[in-house]
Amino acid sequence: MSVKILLPGPLTTVQDGGRYGRQSAGIPPAGAMDQEAWETGNYLVGNEQGEAGLEFTLFGGSTQFTEDTVFALTGADMCPRLDGQRVAMNVPHLAPGGSVLHMDMAREGCRTYLAAAGGITVPAVMGSRSTYIKCSMGGYKGRALKAGDILEVGADQKNFEEVKDRKVQQRMFPREIVLRVVEGPQALYFTDKGKKTFYHSAYTISGESDRMGYRLSGGAVESKNGTDIISDPIPLGAVQVPAEGQPIVLLADRQTTGGYAKIAVVCSFDIPRIAQGRPGDLVRFLPVSIEEAQDMLRRYRKELAIMMKK
Amino acid sequence: MRCVPAGDCAILAEFPQEISTQTNDRVHGLARKISGRQIPGVTELVPAFCSLMIYYQPQVVSYGELKKRIEELEEGEGETAQRKKRILKIPCCYGARFGCDLADMEQYMNLTRDEIISIHSSVDYKIYMLGFLPGFVYLGGLDKRLEIPRLKIPRIKIQPGAVGIGGNQTGVYPLASPGGWRLLGGTPVDFYNPDREEPILCRAGEYIRFIPITIDDYYDIRRMIQKGSYVVEAEEQEGERLCQ
Repeated sequence: MSVKILLPGPLTTVQDGGRYGRQSAGIPPAGAMDQEAWETGNYLVGNEQGEAGLEFTLFGGSTQFTEDTVFALTGADMCPRLDGQRVAMNVPHLAPGGSVLHMDMAREGCRTYLAAAGGITVPAVMGSRSTYIKCSMGGYKGRALKAGDILEVGADQKNFEEVKDRKVQQRMFPREIVLRVVEGPQALYFTDKGKKTFYHSAYTISGESDRMGYRLSGGAVESKNGTDIISDPIPLGAVQVPAEGQPIVLLADRQTTGGYAKIAVVCSFDIPRIAQGRPGDLVRFLPVSIEEAQDMLRRYRKELAIMMKK
Repeated sequence: MRCVPAGDCAILAEFPQEISTQTNDRVHGLARKISGRQIPGVTELVPAFCSLMIYYQPQVVSYGELKKRIEELEEGEGETAQRKKRILKIPCCYGARFGCDLADMEQYMNLTRDEIISIHSSVDYKIYMLGFLPGFVYLGGLDKRLEIPRLKIPRIKIQPGAVGIGGNQTGVYPLASPGGWRLLGGTPVDFYNPDREEPILCRAGEYIRFIPITIDDYYDIRRMIQKGSYVVEAEEQEGERLCQ
């Protein structure tokens, strides 16, 4: 079984939960930018092992299923059509062999995930199938997909009957995103005025944003004596501030260590929201305490578990 | 040492903010203590120069609980046994087509080429941390006489295996990458090779010693690596003093 890329979007890659466990060797985690959409997609098609799927960015293009395949689409709605027929987001479908899935521009949001029952079975590299393009690592030949690429799908196909009643909620993709953050390890590097600017500004997601990080433009965050630090590890969602004061939110393809002060770190449960942001969208930061953040995370995981009937 | 949150799923243990063997030994000492305890919920440890990131699952262990555990471990007894000092011997072809900045270095450092090579290859460099790129080692111990500023305009593409100096640091580019370090040689050994059973050559806490080789040796070793018959020589020395 396989899927064939007929028309790739600008950036379509194989992604899974990420290449964790090797950050101490300088290996960036990569993985699906919107882990929630990736995870719920796997649920919809009956995948239980963190199988890899496809991540489409802004535009989906055309993909063909060579044989009967159970699949689901989650994340941004790109008006998917299967052989010309509109198909719903967030529910499983059975694609007949030879059928073609076509997707346009995302109406809102930025990334769409295709989960196929059995998963995309490119070889795992250091425990993950995620693509890290910068080092040509993992995924399909370490790169974004091109027309003509054929990706094997695992043989472990669930019977469509078993999953056909599954569904998950369509998320909202507001043009103004509020991100809950915990104060960062180097918050002390910034003046009170700088922190006030950071927490009271609406920042615009710049066009120079990618899977590594989102560059924001807006009120410059004032530091006391510059923002260079002795390089330390960078967690997912770290908000770095280089000397000129414009924040950068570091995401899936971030380097493992870096030398700029981190004023805050985006809570894990809000990473899927920033990952769906697109250039021009607004971002605001809302500070929460570490205890509040961990309570919110517990509630978030519980709601997801209920939605996925676990 | 102080522990601070780094988001809802990580704690940063910070030591005095300095690049020194002593502080870095404390970082690795704490990392060994934590991994020795196999604390439930802890998923990954990332040591840096003077800090240790502890990634964890808050569903299993809360920030408050884990912070307390880490603080207790840091204050508690360290290892009593002396650890062996493991030195990886990295063949390096100085100059030739690899060391395009060697002539500039002679001028800047006011040393001869042979002196530069002899100084650079006489030190056991400690691997403080890895980061920046897969397999990129941050090394301590560069002789002051070899310090040289980075290039004003970084090169767009540096070949894997290039050995360079930037400021007070020396190191090896593990894969093709842009970079601003001055290049003095090249190693045939892959610091990162995704097709190797263990893709990353070195670990933080080990040492590296550069062994000067000729260009012919370089290609011989390259051929052996491609055939899979080359093993990097490692020497273990007794008695690395632990500073904790």
